[in-house]
Amino acid sequence: MSVTDYEVVIGLECHVELSTATKMFCPCANTFGAEPNTNTCAVCLGHPGTLPVPNREAIARIMKVGLALGSAIAPHSLFHRKNYFYPDMPKNFQISQFDLPICVGGSLDIELADGANKTVGITRVHMEEDTGKTAHGSESGRIHDATHASIDFNRAGVPLVECVSEPDMRSPEEAGAYLRELRATLASLDVSDVKMEEGSLRCDANVSLRPLGAEAFGTKVEIKNMNSIRSLERALSFEIIRQTTALDAGDTIVQETRHWDEDSGTTKSMRSKEEAFDYRYFPEPDIPAMEPDPAWIAEIAASIPELPRARRDRYTGELGLKPDVARVLVADRASTDLFEGALAAGADPVPAANRVTQDVAALRNAADEPGALTPQHIVDVVRLVADGAVSNAGAKQALEASFASGEPVGDAVQRLGLTQVSDTGALGALADDVIAENPDVVQKFRDGKDGVIGFLVGQLMQKAAGAANPKLAQDILRERLQG
Amino acid sequence: MTTPLCDLTGAELSAQLATGETSAAQILASSHARIAAVDDDVRALLTPTPQLASERAEELDVYLSTGAPQSPAAGIPVALKDVLTTNGIRTTCGSLILESYVPPYDATAWTRLSGAGAVLVGKTNCDEFAMGSSNENSAYGPVHNPWDLERVPGGSSGGSAAAVAAGEAVWALGTDTGGSVRQPASLCGVVGLKPTYGRISRYGLIAFASSLDTVGTFTRSVRDAGSMLQVLAGHDVRDATSLDVPVPDYGAHLDDGVAGLRIGVVSEAFGEGVEQAVAASVRAAIERLAGLGAEVGEVHLPHAAYALSAYYLIAPSEASSNLARYDGVRYGLRAEGEHADSIAMMFATRGQGFGPEVKRRIMLGTYALSAGYYDAYYGQAQKVRTLVIADYEAAFERFDVLVSPTSPTTAFRIGEKADDPMAMYLNDIFTIPANLAGVPAISVPCGLDDGGLPIGLQLTAPALDESTLLRAAHALETELALHLRPPLLDGLGT
Amino acid sequence: MPVEIDVEHVAKLARLQLRDDEKAQLTAQLGQILEHAARVGEVAADDVAPTASPIPRANVYRDDVVEPSLPVDEALRNAPERAGDRFRVPRIAETGS
Repeated sequence: MSVTDYEVVIGLECHVELSTATKMFCPCANTFGAEPNTNTCAVCLGHPGTLPVPNREAIARIMKVGLALGSAIAPHSLFHRKNYFYPDMPKNFQISQFDLPICVGGSLDIELADGANKTVGITRVHMEEDTGKTAHGSESGRIHDATHASIDFNRAGVPLVECVSEPDMRSPEEAGAYLRELRATLASLDVSDVKMEEGSLRCDANVSLRPLGAEAFGTKVEIKNMNSIRSLERALSFEIIRQTTALDAGDTIVQETRHWDEDSGTTKSMRSKEEAFDYRYFPEPDIPAMEPDPAWIAEIAASIPELPRARRDRYTGELGLKPDVARVLVADRASTDLFEGALAAGADPVPAANRVTQDVAALRNAADEPGALTPQHIVDVVRLVADGAVSNAGAKQALEASFASGEPVGDAVQRLGLTQVSDTGALGALADDVIAENPDVVQKFRDGKDGVIGFLVGQLMQKAAGAANPKLAQDILRERLQG
Repeated sequence: MTTPLCDLTGAELSAQLATGETSAAQILASSHARIAAVDDDVRALLTPTPQLASERAEELDVYLSTGAPQSPAAGIPVALKDVLTTNGIRTTCGSLILESYVPPYDATAWTRLSGAGAVLVGKTNCDEFAMGSSNENSAYGPVHNPWDLERVPGGSSGGSAAAVAAGEAVWALGTDTGGSVRQPASLCGVVGLKPTYGRISRYGLIAFASSLDTVGTFTRSVRDAGSMLQVLAGHDVRDATSLDVPVPDYGAHLDDGVAGLRIGVVSEAFGEGVEQAVAASVRAAIERLAGLGAEVGEVHLPHAAYALSAYYLIAPSEASSNLARYDGVRYGLRAEGEHADSIAMMFATRGQGFGPEVKRRIMLGTYALSAGYYDAYYGQAQKVRTLVIADYEAAFERFDVLVSPTSPTTAFRIGEKADDPMAMYLNDIFTIPANLAGVPAISVPCGLDDGGLPIGLQLTAPALDESTLLRAAHALETELALHLRPPLLDGLGT
Repeated sequence: MPVEIDVEHVAKLARLQLRDDEKAQLTAQLGQILEHAARVGEVAADDVAPTASPIPRANVYRDDVVEPSLPVDEALRNAPERAGDRFRVPRIAETGS
């Protein structure tokens, strides 16, 4: 058999760090990038005698996530202890949830590359705590060569939401689309930074193959350590080929956890000893049950904003944006906010969307920072271009200046001399020069080749050093050629 | 000869402080003299804190001289079981694995006592991680019973019980997971109170079994137990299981007597394994209560027979998880030598740092929670726990308090049961059910056996009804008027 | 009858290094204790709900308000070994447990 004879079955387990002010079970600050062990206390260092007290805001946020994904909020839910030893886990058990998670069921609608939609089931969304961070001490920085390790417990106890999907995805691209949609949804809920590169959104994948048409699932393999959507797709693609090759050769797939290695582009088995997994879950005796009041749930439900899926539909429907523009706008929170702000201030949707998804996105990528643009900048730049006061190129220049300094677009246009020449007299003189210098082209136009007007307009723009209104330039040229 | 200050009750000392008859410094000096006189033999204290105590007493005397309000705890020398954390003071849990551990925070129970003016004389010896009934499981050697130095003081809070019995401290804190306050109180002839689960914060109580652990008190009078509880009880935001309900005035009904009080005698607690002298003494005390007008009847706790089995699944299961944190990474012992990797280091550290009883219980609990056994062991034990609670609920429909012996025997010889874990576990057979149900219970001295060893009587009340419990205990104490004092203290002055 | 347990396996789960004499003793003692503990199975309790906490509470939360963490030297005060302001441990040979 070959690749096409198997059906790929993928499920994702995503971990999301909540951006609460404090940790899950203690009042230490929950901030990324602090100096080692400065955000720690007796509780999150697992000192003897300390007790966990859950963070109300974290519970509110996980319910918000669950409600956004259509989960049922459990009327009775418990924390359990998941027991296993690891040096960066202070208590050597993780406070997690087992058979009574807070959010049960749900689904996420994703949009595929061809524009088709698909619904991916959500099994559960549960609350747990993060571990500390280990640095492996070695010349190469690789775990295998390490002589020692050192641990920073700042991350230990950070609230972590685990969102488990049903095995509903059938290709790496679908998995990528799911993760993109989940990230956009979480971003719109304002519950997490959802930065994969900082680890505030992490993803493990379960993947198996089964013969096309088969009902039973094949043996699944868990892949860990993907830190971007791109690496998730690459890791899955690699794993599918590995499993296909193995099955074709008549081998069986071993149920195991494999580690994605970004550099080599391969997955590697993590089993080094025949260690039995036995987490010995039991109810956390230090934390009372969670039985959220329906009024609290209703309050949280009411706070959920328009979700990316609905927003995309509105953008492409009501506002007439192209699907890919709508997708880019909705994919990140900053773009959405800038665009929505500009809309609210009266900007024309299509050009405003284009400015945000193209010019602003390019500026942000180049600078690797959010920049100083406000919705008013977008409103102004769209209006100036529509009025013919600034060319497209001038608009980009003005935005670049405002992006860095925050100065109003109008000021930037003035300061940089970006106002278009809309003076018919001055342009008329230049048009006469262009006609005189290009007799062959002028003849072609007069012979009916209307398309060459573009060349003549270009020549005129060049003479005006770009500061001409192209529409006006064309009008003047036509007037002279046809008159 | 007048009674040395350290042999008085807290209430008596408080009265003397109020009139200026004595000072916190004088009380402490009496306590220090007693420690110097007996602790080489009793070995109740693991970490005495004389310097801190002296400074504290001086501060208190300055405070009291202003005529400011005086808590019943003010100036009282107290000892803390070494499983309660003390900021900046070594806290060992009686274990090698925490031999040099210095906590960065105070247990809430100590914060409250300290805030009320109590003076810490030291941290007391105990069974390692509070696992034991004889104090022989301490990594720092056994505590000796002040009534007979050849005998155990009971456990696991043996050091605290012995310290109060011997006058080294006037009050002490212990912890009670399956009887670890009441049983040593019984064996040392003092009053031991285990309040309702959640009545006193567990923050800073180094966990053995989280759903059973309770901070408890040792005193030489029931009134003092009420005073201590008054200071200790109440909600704590750092303990989500601490109860957020009002704290009554425990002194208000102390002297109301037992006339009309319905007292249920637990039939199952007078059977096989109970020493003749113990049963007789407890029966006699019950007669005295009847004589005071109490309505005495028999009551059955049908599932009590299974309580010990359930306890020896639930407590070790929770312990196996609670004690996982001792791994040589963040604090405590790390086994010396080169380790192939972190896992090898953890294996070696835990192998060296824990004593035999702790290892036994970690193994037991790990097994009871492991795949394939959970339902039959831990899960089933939790169901039995439900039935034990139902037994109490039924009993408290008919009775206000229940009565039984605290322990089936008086103090046994050091080494006598050390090699037989099952025989040792049977010491707690009458105390364990109250922990499973979370209800309050108290052990009050009710007599001496032929060898002159103290016998304790246990009273149990419904959840949060410590007032009735204390009232009944106080009535009995007053009626019996035993005024127990270990012979060891004869002739000791100050 | 004493319960037979795989002491090696359980010790591994519990990360306890045991000497051979300890293993032998534990096998015997745990078997005996478990025989007694297994008596919970004699109780008919199929339709009885389990109790995890004796005095159940619900919905106990803390406000999301930052309080000071420990000074870093205090956090590391009890550390058996330090690497700067981090806790140093021997190499970690495998990921996950």
